[in-house]
Amino acid sequence: MSAPALESPSTAPRRRAHLIDSALITLLIGAAILWFAPVGMGRYGTYVLSLWLVMSIGVMGLNLTLGYAGQTSLAQAGFMGLGAYTTAILTTKWGVSWYAAFGISGLFTFCVGILLGFPALRVRTHYLAFVTLAFSTLIWLLLRNEQWLTGGTFGISNIDRPQFFGIKLFGALEFHRFVVAITLILSLVLWWLVRSPWGRAFTALRENPVRAASLGIDTRAYTLLAFAIGSAYGGFAGSLFAPLVEFIDPSPFTLSQSLFLLLMVVAGGSGYFFGPFIGALLGVVLPEWLRFAGSLYLIIFATIVLALLIICPQGVSGLIERLWAALSRRKAGGTP
Amino acid sequence: MAEFIAYLIAGIATGAIYALAAIGFTLVWQTSQTINFAQGEFVMLPAVLILLAVKLFGLPLWAGGLIGIAVFLLLFGAGFKLVVVDPMIKHGVLPLAIATMALSIIMKEGAKDGFSAEAQSFPSLVPTEMVNLLGAAISLQHVAIIVVAFAAIGLLQWFVGGTKLGRQMQATAQNPTVARILGIPVERMVLLTFLLNAALAVVASLLISPIYLAKFSNGETIGLFAFIAAIVGGFNQIRGALVGGLLIGVADSLAAAYVSTQYRMAVPLILLVAIILIKPEGLMGRKEERRV
Repeated sequence: MSAPALESPSTAPRRRAHLIDSALITLLIGAAILWFAPVGMGRYGTYVLSLWLVMSIGVMGLNLTLGYAGQTSLAQAGFMGLGAYTTAILTTKWGVSWYAAFGISGLFTFCVGILLGFPALRVRTHYLAFVTLAFSTLIWLLLRNEQWLTGGTFGISNIDRPQFFGIKLFGALEFHRFVVAITLILSLVLWWLVRSPWGRAFTALRENPVRAASLGIDTRAYTLLAFAIGSAYGGFAGSLFAPLVEFIDPSPFTLSQSLFLLLMVVAGGSGYFFGPFIGALLGVVLPEWLRFAGSLYLIIFATIVLALLIICPQGVSGLIERLWAALSRRKAGGTP
Repeated sequence: MAEFIAYLIAGIATGAIYALAAIGFTLVWQTSQTINFAQGEFVMLPAVLILLAVKLFGLPLWAGGLIGIAVFLLLFGAGFKLVVVDPMIKHGVLPLAIATMALSIIMKEGAKDGFSAEAQSFPSLVPTEMVNLLGAAISLQHVAIIVVAFAAIGLLQWFVGGTKLGRQMQATAQNPTVARILGIPVERMVLLTFLLNAALAVVASLLISPIYLAKFSNGETIGLFAFIAAIVGGFNQIRGALVGGLLIGVADSLAAAYVSTQYRMAVPLILLVAIILIKPEGLMGRKEERRV
């Protein structure tokens, strides 16, 4: 396990550097489109779009951990569960406002991330995968068994949607727009983070941890930070998930769901800024459109990911990039 | 006391199953840096394939068994290596590990949709009676599991340490470059390791399925605990996986009896975290060095 864990093409960082401004523009245009998209889509269609964005936030966090810092977390669904339950319990049982609950959920998952990552990364980087594996099962046990707090398998129902300066966001469309705004803010924060010196240190870590250390980067602190921020994004996603579905139980926060989220990162393209949105589209929205496939969809999705990993480990984003490179070469008149 | 012995025997029996899966896990890890997250599904599937062969072709059990085992060895011994591991190994440890997660979903959902969503009974090769040992009621099935599993592990130890082929396999695992220079057919040895892994999974499947029944979701717990057993034991040794497996099995069984049935799963998980904190190289493991 001495070699760097994730091999990535040497051209990727350079290409990403000049894509940065277009990333910002894409983000803003995308948010504007999504703001108006659900008009005429009906309640269910709007719900699916909102769910896509909420899952994208969770996958974005995992992408920071996996794609930028090169660490495997097998507990992202567990962190989403922590965030969802924290928000649900605070808002329904203690009457805390959703905004405060949102902040507390993020802070709480960030701290749990530090507490988990600190001892695990002290030893050897791959052990984070093992510790998070244990953690996600423990969280699931707690959610299921501590009935007095979490409602056990019956879960928590009647989770209210938040208000915005006195406007109730109870309708599907209003809440969808709220989700769009939150997603945009969280994406902008991540966009800024990734291109800051911090973000570059994350990438250096993934490419070669030992070399990064020799260049004076405190690898452990940066890896820990990437994992904790990634976990906090899981908490934020959960905090939005609870009012979106208005009822939560332990089943969406299992270990297999964590693995599924990891597959979404890889499917979209780990280490690519827009990878999580593509991954969540494949993992969350497509099965809703392909309802006729039923439970077979999970097999189809896993097979697609397996094929992608074999053909193009950079996921759909990598495929698009290759296609784009081939097209522009042809346009320039050069031989492919 | 009688009760304690009964729980202990049951724990050793399930522990032996975890050990079989964990040994296969470490063998594959050693020779090809594959962290197989589908290991639990590898144990789940042979029983399902056998029942499927019996149901589809109306065969007697022994014929269905032979077909099921042959298909499994072909697909998940040789096929797993050729189709999944070989093209992926150049991308590094992490993408390959994620690929095995995808594989585990395919196997699990495939068993659910292609076979049955309900647990199906699987015939036992030994009578399902209880015998009396020092006042404790011991299930004959548990005794049979322990005997067969230990025989399989003993056989494997003898093969790896005492035969020329096994030593060649060992050399390949330790240093493929030198092994190749010495004229060992490295590729064939790696393939042999994957076949051995699949064979161990078959043995574990045949032993556990009469008790746990054949069900698509069986792999989740078995895989998780085999994984923990391998890490606790030391990740790169047969001995370590055996010790780890037995430890996890006994801890799980005693926890269910004396701590809490709701939190029985938590005990092996806490054991895992404790080992990672105190002795990260595992109980029987050696420290690995880091290189650029």
